[in-house]
Amino acid sequence: MMRTLLSRTLCLLALLLPALAQADVTIEITGAGARQFPIAIAGLNGEPALKEALTPIIRANLARSGRFKLVETGGAVPAENPLAELPAWKGRGADSLAVGSVRVDAAGTAYIRLRVFDTLSQQHLGGFEIVAKPNQLRRAAHQLADQIYELMTGDKGVFSTRIAYVQKQGKRYSLQIADADGHNPQAVLSSNEPIMSPSWSPDGSRMAYVSFERKKPIVYVLDLYAGSAKAVANFKGSNSAPAWSPDGRTLAVTLTLDGISQLYLIPSDGGQARRLQRSAGIDTEASFSPDGRYVVFTSDRGGSPQLYRAPAAGGEAERLSFEGSYNVSPHYSADGKMLTFVRRENGAFRVATLDLLSRQSLTLSEGGYDESPSFAPNGKLILYATEVGGRGTLAMVSSDGLVKQRLSAEGDVREPAWGPYTGQLPLTRLSFNP
Amino acid sequence: MMKKTLASLTVLGLLSACASTPSAPTAPAAEPAAPVVESKPAAPVADTTIQPVKPQLDPLKDPANVLSKRGVYFDFDKYDVRADQAALVEAHGRYLAANPSRSVRLEGNADERGSREYNLALGQKRAEAVRQALGAVGAKESQIEAVSNGEEKPRATGRDEASYAENRRADVIYNGE
Repeated sequence: MMRTLLSRTLCLLALLLPALAQADVTIEITGAGARQFPIAIAGLNGEPALKEALTPIIRANLARSGRFKLVETGGAVPAENPLAELPAWKGRGADSLAVGSVRVDAAGTAYIRLRVFDTLSQQHLGGFEIVAKPNQLRRAAHQLADQIYELMTGDKGVFSTRIAYVQKQGKRYSLQIADADGHNPQAVLSSNEPIMSPSWSPDGSRMAYVSFERKKPIVYVLDLYAGSAKAVANFKGSNSAPAWSPDGRTLAVTLTLDGISQLYLIPSDGGQARRLQRSAGIDTEASFSPDGRYVVFTSDRGGSPQLYRAPAAGGEAERLSFEGSYNVSPHYSADGKMLTFVRRENGAFRVATLDLLSRQSLTLSEGGYDESPSFAPNGKLILYATEVGGRGTLAMVSSDGLVKQRLSAEGDVREPAWGPYTGQLPLTRLSFNP
Repeated sequence: MMKKTLASLTVLGLLSACASTPSAPTAPAAEPAAPVVESKPAAPVADTTIQPVKPQLDPLKDPANVLSKRGVYFDFDKYDVRADQAALVEAHGRYLAANPSRSVRLEGNADERGSREYNLALGQKRAEAVRQALGAVGAKESQIEAVSNGEEKPRATGRDEASYAENRRADVIYNGE
């Protein structure tokens, strides 16, 4: 009775505080890359006609990556063909210049063009056009920043991708999806019971997660377009740790059908469980290799929790981690060459990587309670949960460990998962005929 | 940590401020009340006054009964039922064996250190140890479901050994509770 009253009252309280739940994540950069590209991002001609300026978003993305040095533009907006001005930009210290224009039609649709020039060689490095509706401007800016990033660094940008995380405010849990810069957080699910282990389907259309709403851990799949969730693993005992196969048809899950936690495969829309591994210890936290051939997981079959790899078709597992007595939560990089995981060092839990070829491991984070690492889809950044002042928050670190960022949101934030490339606006490449 | 405590205090404060009648705090289970001794005088014959109904104390709720204790505690990094917890577990096992219509959910817990999913598996290991001990004294498998809360529902939220020890626990929860 008391419990019901309590939870009802808390529901009301939660309803009264929607503003808190909507608060954006803010980002603080705590490191910089070894080599930074000096670039001037000039404003776009016609930009004041937009309800949201794009240039500040593009600049913030590039600055936050730690791989660019933004050259002051002094508010200058060069013509879309700035060849004559390039030596002057070179003189200001910019090795490259991004310029562009925006045209907005009667329906409010924006036609955004952006070109990047090398100020020394006076070459046109690339040109892009994106057509965006008024509610797609931020996404368009992220995609243009991705293009600049790729032109300069050779790596794909991830500014236009999204992240998921669990937010706890008071007694209320919600599953949030935000842009990779933490803006636009949307609660796709909320509950008075804990939510954990969100996992994106490879195409970004669905999210598997664990919820305690029926008094025990059950694995659900949420259709992000339809907004409907379905219990896909609700067997006797505990159901947890969902991980998608690359084709999106299968989930690896941890079940306790005959006692201790073990790995099984189930169809991603629910169905019969097929045993993947059989051990006398705990097997959990599966992650598929991008080619679908292997599954890495955490097991204490050898006496302490360590990383193992086994064929996804079943078969003997190989131990991957040997340093230390606590190595858990492995996740593959998109190219399948690296794992990120959590290791315990002198009592502190930290994010590390393991190169699967050289078997070299590298500790990347410095916190005491760092958890749940996952790679960005370009393999260059790792998103993880950390703690600041006793409160859970999110952080990112570059896979070389040089660039560190912290994202802070309202409430207690944990269990982040970096999403795949998805929902991109069509982008046209422009040629340059001066 | 301090913040969490403050936040929950604030919520409690708000709750009591809203409530029209303050709710009585739950009696601490730590102090078992003296057994109720029925010492009524012999009822006079042909008395028509209404007899008070003698409350039939539910053994699961009788603070004097070991069955009212539901938390099974574990040592650090250990997943077997401790000697000082065995009598409690055995009592629940015998009760289930004698009351086949009752069933329980065993909820294992773990302290907050380390991976949430791995801690879920550790909590499961504790619930599983209790499940096996209940089975050993006659409780049927169909009466028991062993599940885990991992570190998601900590009873103690401090970062000290006392809090960690409190959360190294499996709870026996009867159906309908």
